[in-house]
Amino acid sequence: MSYTIAEKILLNHSNHKSVVPGQFIECEIDLIMVHEQLGGRIHKEYEKLGIDYVWDPNKIFFILDHWVPAPTISAAEMHQDCRIFAEKYKFIHNIGMNRGICHQVLPEMGFSRPGMLIVGSDSHTTTYGAFNCLSTGIGATDVSVVFATGNLWFKVPESFKINLKGKLNKGIMSKDFILKLIGDLTTKGAIYKSLEFHGDGVKDISIDGRMTITNMVVEAGAKFGVFLPDVKLTKWLEERTDITYKYVYPDKDADYEKEFNYNLSEITPVVAKPSNPGNIVNVEEEEGIEIDQAFLGSCTNGRMEDLRIAAKILKGKKIDPNTRLIIIPASTDIYKEALKEGLIEIFINAGGIFGHSTCGPCIGGHMGVLGPDEVCISSSNRNFVGRMGAPSAQIYLASPATVAASAINGKITDPREVL
Amino acid sequence: MIDKIEGYTYILGDDINTDDIVPSNALTLRDTTEMAKNTLRYLRPNFVGMVTKNNIIVAGENFGTGSSREEAVNVFKILGVKAIIAKSFARIYFRNLINLGIPGIQLNWDKKKFSHGDHLEITLNKGLIFNKTKNKEIDFKKLPDFLTKILEDEGILNQLKKKLFKG
Repeated sequence: MSYTIAEKILLNHSNHKSVVPGQFIECEIDLIMVHEQLGGRIHKEYEKLGIDYVWDPNKIFFILDHWVPAPTISAAEMHQDCRIFAEKYKFIHNIGMNRGICHQVLPEMGFSRPGMLIVGSDSHTTTYGAFNCLSTGIGATDVSVVFATGNLWFKVPESFKINLKGKLNKGIMSKDFILKLIGDLTTKGAIYKSLEFHGDGVKDISIDGRMTITNMVVEAGAKFGVFLPDVKLTKWLEERTDITYKYVYPDKDADYEKEFNYNLSEITPVVAKPSNPGNIVNVEEEEGIEIDQAFLGSCTNGRMEDLRIAAKILKGKKIDPNTRLIIIPASTDIYKEALKEGLIEIFINAGGIFGHSTCGPCIGGHMGVLGPDEVCISSSNRNFVGRMGAPSAQIYLASPATVAASAINGKITDPREVL
Repeated sequence: MIDKIEGYTYILGDDINTDDIVPSNALTLRDTTEMAKNTLRYLRPNFVGMVTKNNIIVAGENFGTGSSREEAVNVFKILGVKAIIAKSFARIYFRNLINLGIPGIQLNWDKKKFSHGDHLEITLNKGLIFNKTKNKEIDFKKLPDFLTKILEDEGILNQLKKKLFKG
């Protein structure tokens, strides 16, 4: 049998001798990530099981990130509930609320490694596929099943092969590529599929950029997004973990349901228009639309690469006085690095607001909730109605470069004009 | 046993996402009954007032796309929705439906098959929907046996409980 990466990793975690797409199998989970869902829903569900243990307190990564520090009494209560649960079941990796957003902190701490099977109580758990492992989101009840047994059922997915060649041009980011891909696939085009990223083009995409891509594969409906390993990954992991791992490559004659080819040098800046992440047009078509807020942050685009390009665009400039620019790093480590490099000063001098790491505005939680009819350009992953605040607010998704350029002009701007 | 389900259709469109079903600002509400009052608040402000204990949602493509928030299934359960028929489901949403014991039926449909308020009778183990209003039989692909078993056990946690405490 020849296998794709998804087939291989699922097979390795099951007790089957072979697998085929469409087959339902039970798999052993290597790691589970949980956030506020724990206090929101999982706790109550888990208590119904009537057991006083979790299968392995060492394989649970628990973090608070969505509403931190708590902006409301109900969020604070949710956090209290989370802490009670984590203490009761003696979680070993109880991260707290001062490290940042789950999908950044977990990899930073070396928890996502090649060959692993990771699930999480968040749809953007697909992010860890940048590290040559399989990872996907599940709901609270599935989390309870994993907590109790360490196992979960999976349907073996068909895979799409995405061949990348060439290099992104100046001012174009991996966000532009993934938005373009979602636009081409549509938001339902990859439901249940595993997207496997191949080709020479991968070597020039940073780990930060790969995480942006795997983060958003779920916006096309995908179950997994996974990159082949390379020296960049080796270097990244060397700096963060001593645990040994084995790279997973697909077999040469593995079977792919569809194949797509992209030349990264042909990608141009795009935006996702309201209110669907698949509503993709070239930035030129929307240029000039006035914005009230520009948001740079989230698990999609709050990393050093993102902050650096924004700082390059904003250095020595002022944002439009009628626009707010909110910048939130994806983790506290990134916060410190940005501080060291002098980026935070650049943002503040440009008129931006720099905050501590949280999901915050991306989910309309706090630190930048949109008012009625406001227009926002955001580096996050979803522009659904009401996602960032008032249901009449309009959200455009774009790359950090486009967000920063637009903040300067107070209207949607092609970043190539200001770089 | 939930093998036979009877109810009235409520029609929704394509790409109904989890933020549509439970807006983020309702997610931190501790009381799930209160949370359920926000179901489809922006998209269909009258939904909560209109939905009754015997409704079957009939939706388009990619139903439940977006977040993993299981609340987006649970609010329908609280409101008494008995089943959801959709042209396609988002992956996590489908799992959440079955896990909470609500049948998710994938079926390509058009106005000839269902209109708003039609009286349906669904026989899960036969893969058959009888539209009483239109006097029409509609076949669908049955769920795999192990998923049907989860529905019969009224959700995966009940099933797991049985396994954990047997004997």
